[in-house]
Amino acid sequence: MLRIPCPHCGERDETEFHYGGEAGVDYPAEPAALDDVAWAEYLFVRADPADWFTERWCHVSACRQWFTIDRHTVSDEVRA
Amino acid sequence: MKPAPRLPEHPPRLWKDAEPRKAYDVVIVGGGGHGLATAYHLAADHGITNVAVVEKGWLAGGNMARNTTIIRSNYLWDASAGIYEHALGLWETLEERLGTTVMFDQRGVLNLAHNLSDVREGKRRVNANQLNGIDAHWLTPAEVGKLAPVLDVSERPRHPVHGATFQPRAGIAKHDYVAWGYARAAYELGVDLVSDCEVTGFTQTGGRVTSVSTTRGEISAGTVVLCAAGHSAVLAEKLGVRLPVQSHPLQALVSELLEQVLDTVVMSNAVHVYVSQAHKGELVMGAGVDPHIGYGRRGSFHVVEEQMAAAVELFPIFARAHVLRTWAGIVDVTPDASPIVGPLDAAGDNVWINCGWGTGGFKATPGIGDVFADSVAHGRAHDLVAPYALERFTTGRLIDEHGAAAVAH
Repeated sequence: MLRIPCPHCGERDETEFHYGGEAGVDYPAEPAALDDVAWAEYLFVRADPADWFTERWCHVSACRQWFTIDRHTVSDEVRA
Repeated sequence: MKPAPRLPEHPPRLWKDAEPRKAYDVVIVGGGGHGLATAYHLAADHGITNVAVVEKGWLAGGNMARNTTIIRSNYLWDASAGIYEHALGLWETLEERLGTTVMFDQRGVLNLAHNLSDVREGKRRVNANQLNGIDAHWLTPAEVGKLAPVLDVSERPRHPVHGATFQPRAGIAKHDYVAWGYARAAYELGVDLVSDCEVTGFTQTGGRVTSVSTTRGEISAGTVVLCAAGHSAVLAEKLGVRLPVQSHPLQALVSELLEQVLDTVVMSNAVHVYVSQAHKGELVMGAGVDPHIGYGRRGSFHVVEEQMAAAVELFPIFARAHVLRTWAGIVDVTPDASPIVGPLDAAGDNVWINCGWGTGGFKATPGIGDVFADSVAHGRAHDLVAPYALERFTTGRLIDEHGAAAVAH
């Protein structure tokens, strides 16, 4: 069981959260300007490192806020 | 109930770990089921024997050792039916082909329906399967109860059984025997099996990968073949390629040894558990992946807990069984829950990749070994793997088995 540090509520069990995947993937400013390769990259490709990873979580069972943490994907160590 | 079949002795591991040579025609990265089967078929069917299989751990110690061994081909889409049914056909003759027992036991698989949309999806899949020549039937709750008497098919459960799809030719096999059978057969044909040999990088020159750097030295390669399952994204990154895969922990567990009570495989997507009983008597159970990405080969306890709640809901008798062992593997899941197989042009002209099987790669082992080796040997994608090219994510021609074949594999 991961313990996730919510910036608003403090550290809680993983079961209170919804996972949001890689952080910092912004909707393209001009989607119509993207070619198929760039659009596929935006839609389907996300980082998948065996390393430190910056990711999104949503505290759905409490404050319902989205936030970002760093987690090591091998050790599961978390940095708020 | 059939009596439990007698277990044969473990087949001998008749191969010697090789000291890697300086150069090979083909270097296969990943000594799991797919890598070993590909090596075997390259040697046996195409006369390509100057092959090394490099494995960072021990042979078949990754997902090959961690799956729940369910084999079936009742997928919805034509491309999936093609590859999985090809594999199932090869499973049926694998013992003769490898000259070793693999304990492929065609005990059938039930995919339960618990609500109206499950029923519609199940019947649609049965029709699609029959059009593709795959044995599939729709069963009523009473017929399901006859096949699996310990399953509660009454109206009592929170999610009652409204029917099921049934594929009689589906089944389970002994995963270690399969891996060792391929390893031994490949070894006897001259393939070098190199374990404890982690790939640390690649040398790319003139649009090709000329050599593979490993913890056991530099190896020149005519062709590089990636079969690294859950670590494919990490390898591809070393080649400068970002893959549309996410690596998740997938957990499974076994109970203590019990009398034989279940002689078919039962899968439920809505309640979310899949169960079979191994030949020795353990109940083997799995469910979905942990939601976050991770390479730690462990998952969260609450995922196991939900899976057990689902199992007890369906099989009240299981409430008294004890969990013996839980474990996790790392599965590479693609956006459409279908694999990525084909040339990896972005990495070099001589690079092939086979990944993205996610939670369902074991069942494909003989099929993908056969057609992937054929693709590599001829330098073009075999008809059965052509739909699985990486380019489908750009063209939009996805093979969406997420809802169709469901989360559980």
